[in-house]
Amino acid sequence: MRSLWKLTCMEMKLFLRDPAAVFFSLGFPLMVMVLFGSMFGNRPIRDLGGKGFVDRMIPGYTAMVIGTTGLVSLATVVSSYREKGVFRRQLATPLRPPVILAAQVLVHFVMTAAGMAILVVIGELVYGLRLQGSLINVLPAFVLSSLSIFGLGFVLASVMATARSAQTSSMVVYFPMMFLSGSVIPMPLPETVQRYAQVLPLTHVVNLLRGLWEGGAWSAHLKEVGFLAGLLVVCVIVSAKTFRWE
Amino acid sequence: MLRETDMDEEKAKRSERNVAVRVERLRKTYNSVVAADDVSFDVHEAEIFGMVGPNGAGKTTTIECIEGLRRPDSGNIRVFDLDPRRDGYALRARIGVQLQQSALQERIKVWEAMELFASFYSRAADWRALLEQLGLTEKRNAAFESLSGGQRQRLFVALALVNDPELVFFDELTTGLDPHARRAMWELVRGIREKGKTVFLTTHFMEEAERLCDRVAIMDRGRIVALDTPENLIRSLGAENRVVFTVEGPFDPQPLCRLPGVTRVETIGERIVVYGRGDMVVVEVVNALASKRIPFRDLRTEQPNLEDVFLTVTGHEMRD
Ligand SMILES: Nc1ncnc2c1ncn2[C@@H]1O[C@H](COP(=O)(O)OP(=O)(O)OP(=O)(O)O)[C@@H](O)[C@H]1O
Ligand SMILES: [Mg+2]
Repeated sequence: MRSLWKLTCMEMKLFLRDPAAVFFSLGFPLMVMVLFGSMFGNRPIRDLGGKGFVDRMIPGYTAMVIGTTGLVSLATVVSSYREKGVFRRQLATPLRPPVILAAQVLVHFVMTAAGMAILVVIGELVYGLRLQGSLINVLPAFVLSSLSIFGLGFVLASVMATARSAQTSSMVVYFPMMFLSGSVIPMPLPETVQRYAQVLPLTHVVNLLRGLWEGGAWSAHLKEVGFLAGLLVVCVIVSAKTFRWE
Repeated sequence: MLRETDMDEEKAKRSERNVAVRVERLRKTYNSVVAADDVSFDVHEAEIFGMVGPNGAGKTTTIECIEGLRRPDSGNIRVFDLDPRRDGYALRARIGVQLQQSALQERIKVWEAMELFASFYSRAADWRALLEQLGLTEKRNAAFESLSGGQRQRLFVALALVNDPELVFFDELTTGLDPHARRAMWELVRGIREKGKTVFLTTHFMEEAERLCDRVAIMDRGRIVALDTPENLIRSLGAENRVVFTVEGPFDPQPLCRLPGVTRVETIGERIVVYGRGDMVVVEVVNALASKRIPFRDLRTEQPNLEDVFLTVTGHEMRD
């Protein structure tokens, strides 16, 4: 346990020392929120059931944080540690392999949560968010969403041969998903695109978070929960079978 | 002479001590490549055991099988009566490892790496003293990515010692080190042995193996082709000493050939090489030259060394 704590603290420091990781996980989603917020404000809109633009979009920006942190950053860090031999060196100590991976999951989870917290705090201060959903519902949805997307990141880190290809493929997966899932684009997408978007994990993340955040019930989101839980299970199995330490 | 015998006895005594590592019939293949083939040897407690061999001989494979980092195809390995695959965690708590190839996180600082790795062990050495000993104190706040090759190497050696291990593995101990750092590293390794600990190292520097190691195994194409003290390995070669000097003008090798102990004389232009056995050959040659008033310069003697043994038992050509 002490090793896990020490390793996690160290990896957290290293994450914060990487300007690109910090910017994309914490800064960029905030920038997008402030940018759109300054354009559209957060006045109540009748079509949105009395909620404002920022209220509507904040679950999407949260999904963005989950995507950049969990998919791009996690896949990049894990595959580059493997490629450079950082894992090799750690495995030559009494460290248990699950501890090494758990530290990465923890760090990325904490950073994702921090990214969401920043959005909520700034959103509240600047735009006065009106969100009816209770934390007790939103948090488990956030945890499930994060873990499923992390799972996807691990699969990419496992099946890609090099750090470079893992990073590239994570972006190839992430960026289209970011636009098509409705996480940043405020207007409804065309019908056909929406249908295709149903296969994208991030779409389900956005829908689940948005639904619960706006006060919806879990029973209305069984499809999303099922999809994300299934994805998590599949990803864990696939990474367990394909993950290599070197 | 007396000192030599003393040293041999000392080494013989050491070799009677307990066995720290026992490798029996180790075999490891990668697809079609046989990296280790029927490898058997013991490493004794409190000795410096060296392994040398050409690139691709199987040294890293062997050492990493012993550390429990690679799975042998077959064979038996015991380290302090532990099985590296079954009791890997217990084993790795007691050993120190410097890998030939590995890295740390780019932005981790030297002191952070030391503190982090120390936290992985229940027993820990004073890592600040280790940094001092390895000349890294000034670099303690430097990020790993900013270290030079030799500084990284020294940091990895420090990390290998952070748990005050009973047995430490150095895979290419001094690769990338400048001559000062290399000498300092030898002192450090001897210091480890003086504390009763065991060192297993690989090296490409024959001088290092000869001067530092109590016993040396020569590995070639996945097999151990020789294993003994450096002195015995050299002696077993049965090679002659050489006296080399330069003369000006014509030179008649005949009188030198008749000297006691001299086996043959080679003339390469102005350079003369006298081959012979026994320690008196030099004296005989110098006396003969002086009495015949033959002017000579640049006289030196060359003893056969581990490099000769290496070249003889592994063949000369480069391969992989
Ligand atoms: N992970 C691996 N996958 C495939 N082949 C490997 C692997 N590791 C080593 N080999 C092969 O096994 C053989 C022995 O390699 P090894 O690294 O043990 O040699 P070595 O004696 O340490 O060489 P060097 O002096 O160059 O470090 C080589 O032919 C090498 O190509
Ligand atoms: Mg090697």
